[in-house]
Amino acid sequence: MTTLPTQTDKKLGLVIDLDTCVGCHGCVTSCKGWNTQNYGAPLSDKDAYGDPSGTFLNRVHSYEVKPEEGPAQTVHFPRSCLHCEDAPCVTVCPTGASYKREEDGIVLVNEADCMGCGLCAWACPYGARELDQIAGVMKKCTLCVDRIYNENLPEEDRIPACVRTCPAGARHFGDFSDPDSDVSKLVAERGGMDLMPELGTKPVNKYLPPRPKDTLDCSQSLEPVATEATGFLGWLDKALEKL
Amino acid sequence: MHPAPSVIFFTVFSGIGFGLLAWLGTGNPGMNGMVAFVFYFLGYAFAVGGLLASVFHLANKKNAIKSFSQWRTSWLSREAVLAVITLLTVAPYAIGRIFLDTTWDILGLIGSALAVVTVFSTSMIYTQLKTVPRWNNGFTPILFLLYMVTGGALFAGQVTAATYLLIALGILQVLAWRDGDSRTVNNQTDMGTATGLGSIGKVRQYEAPHTGKNYLLKEMVYQVARKHVLKLRLIAFLTAFLLPVLALTAFADSPHIGGAAAILLHLIGAVTSRWLFFAEARHAVANYYGK
Repeated sequence: MTTLPTQTDKKLGLVIDLDTCVGCHGCVTSCKGWNTQNYGAPLSDKDAYGDPSGTFLNRVHSYEVKPEEGPAQTVHFPRSCLHCEDAPCVTVCPTGASYKREEDGIVLVNEADCMGCGLCAWACPYGARELDQIAGVMKKCTLCVDRIYNENLPEEDRIPACVRTCPAGARHFGDFSDPDSDVSKLVAERGGMDLMPELGTKPVNKYLPPRPKDTLDCSQSLEPVATEATGFLGWLDKALEKL
Repeated sequence: MHPAPSVIFFTVFSGIGFGLLAWLGTGNPGMNGMVAFVFYFLGYAFAVGGLLASVFHLANKKNAIKSFSQWRTSWLSREAVLAVITLLTVAPYAIGRIFLDTTWDILGLIGSALAVVTVFSTSMIYTQLKTVPRWNNGFTPILFLLYMVTGGALFAGQVTAATYLLIALGILQVLAWRDGDSRTVNNQTDMGTATGLGSIGKVRQYEAPHTGKNYLLKEMVYQVARKHVLKLRLIAFLTAFLLPVLALTAFADSPHIGGAAAILLHLIGAVTSRWLFFAEARHAVANYYGK
């Protein structure tokens, strides 16, 4: 049923640290790898040696942010499903394929029910859903539901593939309903933010903004010692002025 | 948004089909027998043809039947359910008028009301999307319903009603275009809120996540229309509203010629305007790509 649960027992999700992310696209690759070899239809690619395109559940943009004062900074920005509490993609689904799990809040697609109409992708403001062009069903981040509860995996691997692989430690996985969890503490300490809060989707995933840059303190610097040129340069300056 | 031909055909023609069925249900025109058959044949052909066209844009057609299940939350599901209920309610009324020379007035009116509610739910599929400011407002259902009633009136031969409806629709369409433009420009969602970086300063994408095309860009970041918007709006306005009104009034003495010309022109205009409805609509995800 595509009715959203009024409350979920857990709120599993990711914290993505925009200060730490180096834009290596490692999470993109490991996500594609895991989700092509495991749960559901593989993430297909088309025309790999011509005009390539393919399905990805995670994409990394790179932005430049220019403050009013001071130099611009670069921010790498991984974008994936935020497992929203008020997920508009779920309620629009006509077949009942999309659902939000009551036990942990993960938003999933039951591929056996999906008719590939694409309306859920239209309803999502974050571009988190992509219709696989070969399987014809909607693909989205599963929060690696087939890893996090998988007792056949060593314990350290029971986290989403993107988190496991991130070499910079910019991605964190946990339960946001527990105020003492690592992710909740990180969000509280670093001012974790929602994306497009004005659209009322109440995302579970949070982004940590880049830490403020230090600024150069100019009060201690030396005064200029020679404002007027002397000697040969002084003569050249005067001669050129007269021309 | 990507203007898929199947969806344009579906919304325009199923709208007109249900519009014609709605007019017939009110007894306008009220002929029975063979004439009624021709009208009902047209109404069903457009309504069912449109609905079938909508199935063509599904990537996994075998699950289409499941779209009748989620009417509690999904407008698309409600639309599917209501369309079938409407067509099943209109059928016995049509049989009465075609074969039994009997008119069950109440049943006819119920069918007309259901046809209106069906097209309203079609419009809500688009209206409900907060991600597309141009659609997410009251103009969308009003326009869909007016296109339905106007197209229906033209096919039902209701010359006077059609003339006034065309004028009303023309005015409303222009207002909707202007309103949509201001909603797109004054939208509080931008690259700053999309990335959460707007509080630091001005945000610019300097490198996209992928060098090729992808589903998101193809489906939701359609930019071709923006270049020719004004020309296309003018074409839509002339063919959908102005010229049909002129045709209907100029050929008042021979309504069949005037009507046929008006219908043909209105169809061209309605398709153009529906193409713009999709092609002009800007989706929130475009903010991530700076497009």
